[in-house]
Amino acid sequence: MRSRVPFTAMAVFLGLGLHPAAHADEKAAQAQATPATVSSQRPAKASAPPTAAEVEALRQEIEELKKQIQTLRDQLRAGLLPVQGTGSGAAAGQTASAPSPPPPTPGPPPVSFPAPSQTSNYFNPSVSVIGNYLGVGGSNGTENLPSSSLRESEVSLQAIVDPYARADFFLSFGEEGVGVEEGFVTFTSLPAGLLAKVGRMRTAFGKINPLHLHVLPWPDEPLPLVNLLGGEEGWIGTGLSVALLVPLPGEVFSEATLQVLRGDSGELFAARDRGALAYNGHYRVFSDLSEATNLEVGLSYGQGPNGLTSRSETRLEGIDATLRWKPLRTATYRSASLRGEFIRSRRGDPLGNQVAEGWFLSGEYQLAKRWFTGARVESSGHADDASQTDRGKALVLTFWPSEFSQLRGELRRREYANSETADELLLQIQFAIGAHGAHPF
Amino acid sequence: MKPRRLALAGLALTLVGYPGTPAFAKLKIVTTLQDLASLADAVGGDRIETFALVKGYQDPHFVDAKPSFILKLSRADLLIAAGLELEIGYLPPLIDQSRNAKIHPGSPGYLDASSGCEILNRPVLQVTRAMGDVHPYGNPHFWTDPENGRIIARSIAAKLMELDPSGREAYTANLAAFEGRLTEKEKEWTAKMAPYAGAKIVTFHDSWPNFARRYSLNIVGHIEPKPGIPPSPTHTLEIINLIMTDKIPVILVEPYFDLKTPKFIAEKTGATVLSFYPSVGGVPEIKDYFALFDYNIDAFVTAMKGKA
Repeated sequence: MRSRVPFTAMAVFLGLGLHPAAHADEKAAQAQATPATVSSQRPAKASAPPTAAEVEALRQEIEELKKQIQTLRDQLRAGLLPVQGTGSGAAAGQTASAPSPPPPTPGPPPVSFPAPSQTSNYFNPSVSVIGNYLGVGGSNGTENLPSSSLRESEVSLQAIVDPYARADFFLSFGEEGVGVEEGFVTFTSLPAGLLAKVGRMRTAFGKINPLHLHVLPWPDEPLPLVNLLGGEEGWIGTGLSVALLVPLPGEVFSEATLQVLRGDSGELFAARDRGALAYNGHYRVFSDLSEATNLEVGLSYGQGPNGLTSRSETRLEGIDATLRWKPLRTATYRSASLRGEFIRSRRGDPLGNQVAEGWFLSGEYQLAKRWFTGARVESSGHADDASQTDRGKALVLTFWPSEFSQLRGELRRREYANSETADELLLQIQFAIGAHGAHPF
Repeated sequence: MKPRRLALAGLALTLVGYPGTPAFAKLKIVTTLQDLASLADAVGGDRIETFALVKGYQDPHFVDAKPSFILKLSRADLLIAAGLELEIGYLPPLIDQSRNAKIHPGSPGYLDASSGCEILNRPVLQVTRAMGDVHPYGNPHFWTDPENGRIIARSIAAKLMELDPSGREAYTANLAAFEGRLTEKEKEWTAKMAPYAGAKIVTFHDSWPNFARRYSLNIVGHIEPKPGIPPSPTHTLEIINLIMTDKIPVILVEPYFDLKTPKFIAEKTGATVLSFYPSVGGVPEIKDYFALFDYNIDAFVTAMKGKA
């Protein structure tokens, strides 16, 4: 019912615009229409010859009308208008042809016919779902991943809250159970170059931890994140985050982030009382070295209670660097990046403090528009026993059928501290539906 | 005593640049495309300074959200975007991190250049991604019609007058000069293109519906099987057959696409591959919005003459 009014209006336009040209070829119709319109205007001002300005005005009006007719025709041809419209349009044209109806005034061409939509949906958040399937071959007694799993289905709900804030929710559905991976409000209109987030979020420790699993350049998390930042999930905190742009000379971007979080987080932190909080500080500097090359370096420091005693804490130190190369003209065909991260965990333990270190180094190279290859080496001690070290190497090949799906294979060898060596093949398929999200950088 | 102190305070305020009176400082404008920067320069003259995030030879669909852009946006008085979700892959997070409330969509410092423009291929029926990377709000390459350029220039002028009322006269004069020149140029371009009205062409990506409409070119196929999907062997074969049967003289290719498939097709069919630039800055010679059409139209005419 709702679409009736614009539909009728359309029908009138159709009748006006298309009727005389209904059987004629497009071009011929236009050629005819021009003199016809001009001559019909002329007698009205028969007494005086038209001035140049008047002619120009008329010409513009004709152009405008032509444009409208053309638009309607295009839409008709493209099947964008309902078919039965032509019938009622002709009828409307007949009734309208006897008296002269007010001509459509030139102005913005009436080209927008938005899809009918319920007004109640206008303010709904953008919704998208990303499926992350993982198949694993080979044998591994230490990290025994299932042979086949829909590891994660991430539902994101994102929208502007009001003129001052936006909200982002990322709900992570495993095969069983749901978790709020992130859910936060971002205050985007604060003074003094501040950007504040409140809620649950992936902590800004290093470059990889803040990223969601599906945007990583590998199907798995690197060892230092798993061993030192609380397992596969990484460090997710609940609290407040404030980020400040720190001016530096030149066109160098630098940002300092301070996060105050609840003292509990997965296997990483455990608070005995609510006064025990976790903190994270991150400082990053980004600079364009050339049009195609840029470098980002970050320093991170985190600390929080580990729950072993009422006062024992774990402190984390990190340094990350990312070098990217992407010539702009061929940006969608060729690019390369090199990234590395070093993390040190100092875990206060009444039985003996543990200082464990871990790092990874990874390179990715884009072979063609849809093909990427990469390699990663990694090594990490265990946070609770620094004498135990795991090592790994991996080769990755990724194919993107489109921007919205991705097939990836990883050949991985991990040499665990328990002296097991596991060779595995990981096959990952990711697929996204719904709103087009921004690409991570 | 008191008035003097007030005067001093006033002086101090003007020296540090009281926000809202850009009497001394130029209006800082960030645009996504170089075309929009060129149009803004034409209207704003020396009262503004512009910076474009995307280079003219870069695929405007795929741009990295580099933090250095956050810095530019944090200082901007006005952000001009093409709209129609052309920038959806990188602009929203940049705006959010800009810490600049002025340039958020809906704020006075945000201008969607597509508003008021004639937008083609706007789907009314349901779109799905089976159609490739379709734009549900219509084809976002709308500035390739000079009449849309005129509309964008008018919108920019109106916006500049709103943000900087003291420059009203300058903006009005600049806009009039721009429009006068555009009208002249359009006559020239129309005359040059007139002999080729109705010519059938093939393009790599669907970047040219507005240009084709303006100059009555008939785009009959794309080398991409679907928007954003790279050429496939079967589709390439179809295009070769199409070019052979319809005797299509030229294939237009945007500067950021691989020439391998177009050249292969050209070899098989005898059609000419022509690099066609959708944006200012595509090559150094295309310095502004007028040069964009001058360069493309001259290249097109040369290619077509070679065919005749």
